[in-house]
Amino acid sequence: MSNIPSDLRYTTEHEWVRLEGDEAVAGITDYAQSELGDVVYVEVFEPGTPLTQFKPFGVVESVKAASDLFSPLSGEVLAFNQALEDTPELVNDDPYGEGWMMRFKPSDLAELDNLLTAEGYEKMLAG
Amino acid sequence: MSYIPHTEQDRREMLAAIGVGDSKDLFTDIPSPYRFPPLNLPAALSELEVSKLAQKLAEMNDDLDHHPSFLGAGVYNHFIPAVVPHLMGRGEFYTAYTPYQPEVSQGTLTAGFEYQTMLCDLTGMDVANVSMYDGASALAEAAIMAVRASRGRRTKILVSSAVHPEYRQTLQTYMQGMALPVQEIGFDPEGPTGGRTDLTVLEKEIDDQTAAVAVQYPNFFGVIEDLAGIARVAHDAGALLIVSANPIALGLLKPPGELGADIVTGEGQPLGIPPGFGGPFLGLFAARKKLMRSMPGRIIGETKDTKGRRGFVLTMTAREQHIRREKATSNICSNEALMALAATIYMATMGKQGVREVAELCFHKAHYAAEQIDALDGYSLMFRAPFFHEFAVRGPKPAAELANDLSEAGIIGGYDLGRDYPDLRDTMLFCVTEQNTRADIDLLVEVCRA
Amino acid sequence: MTEPLLFELSTPGRRGYTLPALDVPASALPDDFAREDLPLPEVSEVEIVRHFTRLSQLNVGVDTVFYPLGSCTMKYNPKINDAAASLPGFTRLHPYQSERSVQGALRLMFELQEALGEIAGLPAVSLQPAAGAHGEFAGVWAYHQHRGDAARDKIVIPDSAHGTNPASAAMCGYDVVTVPSDAQGNTDLAALEALADDSVAGMMLTNPNTIGLFDENVVRAIEIVHNCGGLVYCDGANMNALLGTSKPGDLGFDILHYNLHKTFSTPHGGGGPGAGALAVTPALEMFLPTPLVVRRDDGSYGLDYDRPQSIGRVRAFYGNFGIMVRAYVYIRMMGADGLLQVSEDAVLNANYVLARLRDVYHLSLDRTCMHECVFTDERQVEYGVHTLDIAKRLIDFGYHPPTIYFPHIEHLIEGAIMIEPTETETKATLDGFVEVMRQIAREAAEDPDLLHNAPQNAPATRLDEVTAARKLRLRWTPQ
Repeated sequence: MSNIPSDLRYTTEHEWVRLEGDEAVAGITDYAQSELGDVVYVEVFEPGTPLTQFKPFGVVESVKAASDLFSPLSGEVLAFNQALEDTPELVNDDPYGEGWMMRFKPSDLAELDNLLTAEGYEKMLAG
Repeated sequence: MSYIPHTEQDRREMLAAIGVGDSKDLFTDIPSPYRFPPLNLPAALSELEVSKLAQKLAEMNDDLDHHPSFLGAGVYNHFIPAVVPHLMGRGEFYTAYTPYQPEVSQGTLTAGFEYQTMLCDLTGMDVANVSMYDGASALAEAAIMAVRASRGRRTKILVSSAVHPEYRQTLQTYMQGMALPVQEIGFDPEGPTGGRTDLTVLEKEIDDQTAAVAVQYPNFFGVIEDLAGIARVAHDAGALLIVSANPIALGLLKPPGELGADIVTGEGQPLGIPPGFGGPFLGLFAARKKLMRSMPGRIIGETKDTKGRRGFVLTMTAREQHIRREKATSNICSNEALMALAATIYMATMGKQGVREVAELCFHKAHYAAEQIDALDGYSLMFRAPFFHEFAVRGPKPAAELANDLSEAGIIGGYDLGRDYPDLRDTMLFCVTEQNTRADIDLLVEVCRA
Repeated sequence: MTEPLLFELSTPGRRGYTLPALDVPASALPDDFAREDLPLPEVSEVEIVRHFTRLSQLNVGVDTVFYPLGSCTMKYNPKINDAAASLPGFTRLHPYQSERSVQGALRLMFELQEALGEIAGLPAVSLQPAAGAHGEFAGVWAYHQHRGDAARDKIVIPDSAHGTNPASAAMCGYDVVTVPSDAQGNTDLAALEALADDSVAGMMLTNPNTIGLFDENVVRAIEIVHNCGGLVYCDGANMNALLGTSKPGDLGFDILHYNLHKTFSTPHGGGGPGAGALAVTPALEMFLPTPLVVRRDDGSYGLDYDRPQSIGRVRAFYGNFGIMVRAYVYIRMMGADGLLQVSEDAVLNANYVLARLRDVYHLSLDRTCMHECVFTDERQVEYGVHTLDIAKRLIDFGYHPPTIYFPHIEHLIEGAIMIEPTETETKATLDGFVEVMRQIAREAAEDPDLLHNAPQNAPATRLDEVTAARKLRLRWTPQ
């Protein structure tokens, strides 16, 4: 059973978001990393790039697959998790912690209502 | 049809195992009105007959073994050491396919890794792929890559009109596909920079929509471009510099990477591949590391097997069409791997000293020929900027007429620049390589004089 | 494998070549432009010969083993093809020589255009594209020119298609819309009807499709697309099943690309070169890439550049001429009856393998196949054995594995094992392969680790692709 922390919000495309003060952090879920397999590369748009909810903010690749990353909220990119440059496996080992992908500044917290709760995400995975 | 091995007995046994009476019964999914249409083709020939036919067709052509040639313009007549066709013709290389199964493809993969390394060294780039179709499509793919690397924020390509005309046409076709504009930048017609891309016009036309500037090195007229100067203009405007380079010239000339190029493409044919009436050739493609994720084509990387032994695999595959489909960096699948192998063997055989020596022979012989022709009444070199092994000559008569005169003397003459450049009527582009002896050159000069 | 790299073999001052002495006065070298160092290896001829010969021995090819790589048509390549293509009258020709001096080459190209037009039932042919995907790009461009209708911005592509199809459509600026396969592996006509409107420029269809099945709905599917004003493109990757058995043009296709290197028997060279000739209806001829080879009124052959509606060029010169020579020789040797026999035996061989393995490997679609059959690992998964393991175990027995994990169609085909025997294999070869596949099925149940650890009998064991992709080493550097 995949790990779905109850304090995060989720997209249907398997990204999570966590608010930290007036900033936010995003990554992909435990389910997503296990479906992808060994992550070999993560790229996030450069700081300053505007973000639109549910539109791409970067890309994640494994050996056999590649997937766009979809932003959970609108806003602006602040930072990429530089640790992933040399150790993309952090996404597999700790998807909600050290494997985070993007720090960003959300522009409209009302958009949180468009996201799934942990319960909703779990239900979606159960089909 | 000796390579269809089944006997009627084999077929009967196999049909019995399948459970059908006749092999025609295996085609019932094809709607009957369309099944087994007649094919109107010439009658089958035996191997003896077909080899005579091929021989006859081949002998109808005037080939470069029987006629001294001064034709270049993108295809070059270089000597190919015997080891090149011998080794690349080994069935294990030649009859394999893309190395999807690395455990039984280490030959192809190792040679490809060597190719990538040598191409990086030759061009001064960080990363190379294992081939594109040819020099023209490689340049076009580089332009699209430059747009992609800007994430679509820059859409325009500036291309020098001193780039091979067919490369510019190919670029146009590829760019149109994505509705991306291409703008040509002219060349200096005269003076000490005559034949070079016009830097003043380039400076004027480049803008914040320009994704890249594309030039050829040496350019279509054989002239050595001021790459450092072009790179400065491109980079000041935030654009990339794409250089389509002749790999033999790089035996002598500074590598584009040293002069500011961001992507280097080129036609690899001079590296051990025969002129072959235009193909198969080899699209060279190399880039700076920061651009590698946007590269098209197959890339080989080093790794280890489960026993810890060095081995090689296809890597960064998530860029490619079989995974990323419509979001891939290119649609390329089959490439020119065998031609890359030829180039690898050629570069290994000629090596550090040989590639340089070939380049110097070309340089000296071409300059000897240019001086002789330039001194003739009615002939003059069209451009005065330094050149490598090709030079444009304006003559006293139409180039087509000169070509005929040369042909009657048994010489394959140069390229008629009037085909592509209305201002360069009566101008012929000559190429001289290590294949041309002094006697060939002197004969050329004699016929021109007459 | 312990073969050192060229760079490790290199010794300063060693040479593998000789060149003639300079026979003209030397000119001053352009010092401003000259490079300081050319860091290429320095090795002798004998070292080069041994190095590349040993490397070749780390490979397998059609000349050494059975190579049933689905979708790639790894048939035996007659040696006469190469002998003809190596004639100096072909290899030592410059593409810009006068037409008068290359009549033999032009005639060969013209006759090949004619033969390919006849086989496809699409009479207008361009030989320029360098590979199948290159042909797709040129062909989809021909669409675009034909349409001249910016409102049509979609290309419909089945879920079973090769990845090159959507990639090529995207390069021409189209949006890709996916049409699903139905439960029999054919185009889902109801889904296609729902998609077919005046925003559709056309559809790209592989036939036989990538599942190795002749699409039973093909005629109706083409009608649906034609009725909404679109054109239909045939990916001819699988033409090896259609030689004389049906003509795509008769079925209603407007455009087809051949993979000359597959169907007409050119060695695949470790990934290329190929050649991707394009055949189209007379209505589309004007859009083909320039130049075309034509026969003039006086019986001579020439290159026709005067084609104002052409899409232009997709590469320099006229295409991969060396591959054309091989295809031409092959077609002339086979004739119409021989080509039909090729397709009949290719289909016979695939159905024979299908019949003899169906009781041990799962078939997602249990139908008569065309030139290839697609199994999956469904029955082996319960032992923890997957398609990859089966493929790697085949290497131990001296076979090149089939194509794996393609096609991938969710809920229909997962873990694909796609076997294309081709017509050039004997029954004995197929029987040997079938016995090994059956043995591997037994091993999967009895000793799965044997499969997990395979191959052991190869120049390398499994290679770490994850580390290769994470810690990129893309060129040799001195340690």
